[in-house]
Amino acid sequence: MTLRITTAHVEAILEQSRAEYPDECCGVILGPEGSDSAQVLKPMVNAAHSPTFYEFDSKDLLALYREVDDNSQEIVVVYHSHTETEAYPSRTDISYASEPGAHYVLVSTRKEIAPENEFRSYRIIDGVVTEEDVEIVTRIGD
Amino acid sequence: MSAPIIEVRIPTILRPYTNSEKVVSAEATNLAELISTLDSKFTGLGERLLENGELRRFINIYINDEDVRFMGSLAATLKAGDSVTILPAVAGGC
Repeated sequence: MTLRITTAHVEAILEQSRAEYPDECCGVILGPEGSDSAQVLKPMVNAAHSPTFYEFDSKDLLALYREVDDNSQEIVVVYHSHTETEAYPSRTDISYASEPGAHYVLVSTRKEIAPENEFRSYRIIDGVVTEEDVEIVTRIGD
Repeated sequence: MSAPIIEVRIPTILRPYTNSEKVVSAEATNLAELISTLDSKFTGLGERLLENGELRRFINIYINDEDVRFMGSLAATLKAGDSVTILPAVAGGC
């Protein structure tokens, strides 16, 4: 499996992670239903406002799923940042992962790698984490 | 008078319990009754929604546009025409 994502989206997610540091940031990328095509970036508010936890606000979550349903879209990517740890799904991430079809993207703002960008993608299905390749492209879909 | 029939939207992760149905319906006058009725139709679904008799922390249930946590949780009342949406929280952390 491979995640295909645009340079602009990668940069926007990394920028959001730095802007919201020391809290974790989060969001999704939507695409047409069944396409697995990451097209529309939607940063979400971390309702937990925490350096160690993220959670979409309950009202935002309902609005997001309504929008996805109304527009025949799917959640292609769910992303969040780890502030001081590696960009690898934690036990908490794994236990709450509830979109078996989504790419779970993790970025890290930890200081020791701050000059580099740590941007990784995973499938999380039934508690099993599989890292996948990330292919960065200039554009996706039309 | 019999209980109203409530339409319930099921998230992807719970569709294995509902034979892949996205929308199911059940008769109930409040949320506790709805979950119990759903569980009798779809064995195991109730346990995914409740823990020790309370709504699981990382399951969100909405009646129309309102999170049931602001409507009395399991005691939230249901009336004809109400639509219930179940969504797992999108959450995690290091």
